[in-house]
Amino acid sequence: MERVPIIKIGQVLFVSIQIDLQDDSVLQLQEDLADELAVTKARGVIIDITAVEIVDSFIGRMLTMIGSMSRLFDAETVLVGMRPAVAITLTELGLTLPGVRTALNAEKGMRLLGGSV
Amino acid sequence: MDIDSNQARMAEFLRDSRDKVLARWCELAMTSSAAGGSADELRLELGDLYALMLRAMAAADESAAGELAAALAELSRTRARAGASPGETALSVFTLKDAVYELVADSGDMVPEFLAFSRLIDELGVHTFETFAAAREQIIADQAVSMLELSTPVVKLWDGIIAVPLVGTLDSARTQLVMEKMLEALVATGADHAVIDITGVPTVDTEVAQHLLKTVMAARLLGAECTICGIRPQIAHTIVSLGIEFGDIATKATLADALAHALGRSGLRVGPA
Repeated sequence: MERVPIIKIGQVLFVSIQIDLQDDSVLQLQEDLADELAVTKARGVIIDITAVEIVDSFIGRMLTMIGSMSRLFDAETVLVGMRPAVAITLTELGLTLPGVRTALNAEKGMRLLGGSV
Repeated sequence: MDIDSNQARMAEFLRDSRDKVLARWCELAMTSSAAGGSADELRLELGDLYALMLRAMAAADESAAGELAAALAELSRTRARAGASPGETALSVFTLKDAVYELVADSGDMVPEFLAFSRLIDELGVHTFETFAAAREQIIADQAVSMLELSTPVVKLWDGIIAVPLVGTLDSARTQLVMEKMLEALVATGADHAVIDITGVPTVDTEVAQHLLKTVMAARLLGAECTICGIRPQIAHTIVSLGIEFGDIATKATLADALAHALGRSGLRVGPA
């Protein structure tokens, strides 16, 4: 199983997903992120999915859960770089990712967190 | 008597009286078709066909038959594009029969040959009809595609603001295309605001509304906000009657209002200079 690295930049945890997401790697990421949030007390999480081409309902739900979980640590989650095809798939699946903010790219995501971090 | 020898004899006859038959054929074809085109052009076209037909009949070789079919298809296609009816195209082939009959009628001893020839002409006529229909279908399909392309432009209104003016009836296929084009434009331009203008959409039913909502949701997932504008009074009435909820999606009366709203969200304001 491949692990997704979590990078701390200031008060923000930056997660760039560069692999084909498998169910167990997402679960692992969720755990790692919770540990990291508890230790670093980061105020924001940016998840970059520019390289992700396929998102299924499970991963969609996991992203929402990461959002809710981060909220418990008082951190805001921003999902950035989603591809149009992925967005269409998620809407077709009826997943609107409540509790997760979105931005077109990492830069805009950083700016979005800028106000709250 | 087999058909091949009949055809070969007919081909011989046609070769001998080529000029007479061809002249009469052109004459008849001219009067039977209302479509434009000069007599010289027609003579050239029919002359080519005539030559090919002779080759196909005499030698009965495959390549000549293929060439004949291709030439007829080409003729039929050009006629279709020029707006002639399939009947006219087929008639101009069938008139060859009349032209030949006038010559054979007197002699009276060419009956089996003429019958074989007649069968061939019928086949050719049907062939032009079929290609004509196929050409028409192709034209219609091309037009549908270009209409789909034409009707879904994505324009930039301002830095970070794009607009999608929708004109015409929205169905699933079109909304899908609109959605894809808009999302791609959002990513390509880095715009975080999109204005969907539905002034040109004649009717909004639950399905169309559902499609619009999906488009807005997908844009939100990308991190862009959508404003819907140009809802005409009757459509507003329909939307309310149908109980469609637009939820927290911003709707504005006109494109100008929507632009002002989008500018406001980007922290810009338009005022007197």
